[in-house]
Amino acid sequence: MLFTILQYAPGGPLTPYLQNPHITEADIIRLKHNLGLDQPGYVQYFTWLFKVLQGDFGWSMSNSEPVSQAIIERLPATLTLMGCAFVFSLAIGVTAGIISAVRQYSWLDYTVTTLAFFGQSMPVFWFALMMQLAFSVVGITAFGYKFSLPSAGISTSDTFDFWDRLQHLILPTVVLSLLFIAQWSRFMRSSMLEVVRTDYMRTAAAKGVSQRAVILKHGLKNALIPLVTVIALSLPGLFAGAVVTETIFAWPGMGRLFINALGQFDFALLMGYMMLTSFLVITFNLVADLCYAWLDPRVKYT
Amino acid sequence: MAASLPLNPSAVPVAEEMAPSRNTVWRRFRRHKVALAGGVIIIFMGLIAICANILTPADPNFIDQVNWQGYPLAPGVAHHILGTDENGRDLLARLMFGARISLTVALFAVIMEISIGTFLGAISGYYGGWVDFFIMRATDVVLSIPLLPLLLVLTAIVAGTSNKASLNFGVIVVLIGGLSWPSVARLVRASFLSLREREFAEAAKAVGNRDGRIIFRHLLPNAIAPIIVQATLEVANVIILESTLSFLGFGIQPPTASWGNMLANAQSNITDAPWAAIFPGLCILVTVLAINYLGDGLRDALDPNMR
Repeated sequence: MLFTILQYAPGGPLTPYLQNPHITEADIIRLKHNLGLDQPGYVQYFTWLFKVLQGDFGWSMSNSEPVSQAIIERLPATLTLMGCAFVFSLAIGVTAGIISAVRQYSWLDYTVTTLAFFGQSMPVFWFALMMQLAFSVVGITAFGYKFSLPSAGISTSDTFDFWDRLQHLILPTVVLSLLFIAQWSRFMRSSMLEVVRTDYMRTAAAKGVSQRAVILKHGLKNALIPLVTVIALSLPGLFAGAVVTETIFAWPGMGRLFINALGQFDFALLMGYMMLTSFLVITFNLVADLCYAWLDPRVKYT
Repeated sequence: MAASLPLNPSAVPVAEEMAPSRNTVWRRFRRHKVALAGGVIIIFMGLIAICANILTPADPNFIDQVNWQGYPLAPGVAHHILGTDENGRDLLARLMFGARISLTVALFAVIMEISIGTFLGAISGYYGGWVDFFIMRATDVVLSIPLLPLLLVLTAIVAGTSNKASLNFGVIVVLIGGLSWPSVARLVRASFLSLREREFAEAAKAVGNRDGRIIFRHLLPNAIAPIIVQATLEVANVIILESTLSFLGFGIQPPTASWGNMLANAQSNITDAPWAAIFPGLCILVTVLAINYLGDGLRDALDPNMR
């Protein structure tokens, strides 16, 4: 099993390999700066791969700094956003899934499943625009208080102000989370419904354990196991979502760096970004697999 | 799975348990009212897309210079039912032609995706061994790269190697179709793994059929239900994917209207012209929602045991 995971590894370098030969045609300015470019594609590829293994991702043209530095500077912003969205989606998604499974076919269940369908069908960028429209342009008035949230950037000033940062974080987090709340709550619902029907749940209930405890202690743990795989599979989507969200909310993270680099054909940076995201995805897949074994002792790796 | 099989197995003939008849499927599907509504909406959108040139109130690229004064016209002003965009072009007309582009891209990309995915999944599941190993590693590789950034890079390369105008329809279709097949391949492989062990597969082999015939004439029809469901849901995904690419400026290039690129400039004008931001997104949302419900209904109708 571990071996299978390691097979993922070629995924990273393979992508730039597809792109590398095009660079020569793509960008004449690149040629002057990088003497290696008149060599055949495979030579470039191995030179590049060799440097990457040493931690050298090359020079970013659009930012006039090394790629690794450009990415590392913006990594915290992206990770904050993704982390918040992840925790938020997990909390809301799992809760909604449990509620709708326990109260199957109630109006609550119908509301949750309908909202989940909407969430899954919502184009992220449009949802972001609508949130901006609602909270920043128009401003929603409720309970005699006008709610309005900043629609761009990570903070108002350079000095660190927790409340200000939080306000800037709310809209991007909600926007990025929507799709995952929808997906995970639907999955959680069906997974929980399956678990509820099992014998050990009936046994626990028969022993006189309260319903709450049966669901939360016995049910939740077992229903969460398959969710781990789903979460790992939706990680690439989280990165993609971050690209869109960061662009719209002018969030100074990796995603926006990536879009800017695209506009200027800064291929070294693009490759660095693709490498890093693929690497993170593979790492998290591995972690998810390990979690899976830890959560479910029935799974044996051979 | 086993728990939801018919309660009285002896009463059910073996053949019926394998594939529900067309009548049964239709009866089950009809019961799913929302899916039916979804189907109607999709047919409606499809008709609009096909008849865009007949139904349209104006030329989608025509700039209403008489009334337009440099900013978007509000809905209802000067016979523009939904108003105009920032260039004075009729929004409704652009939405109709946008439907044409967005739906055709989705349709062709999904046909390509399903063909590749089904073919690779089928031979992977049928042959097993090193064929399976290589195809599955390829799917792992593609799946481990975030799809949207990869598409963006590839479209940027196409844009870099030639002029930007070549970033048209065909490129988008080929890129999306060529990169989103792994999920289909995995799905088809899984059903082929179990199908090839079934008696009818063995029988087909025993009477001397060639592999190609067994795969496409005997096994594939039995694996078609999940493929149809997946294809439907993928149309929804591709519509979103294409509109996202176009929104970011790397998909369908203006002046050709697509629902995505109509939103590209909407953000900067959102204070003055919220309608230009609302309607194209609403079209995407309604269409994708309808397709998702349709897919859900199809899944329940074609294969109730699937989930």
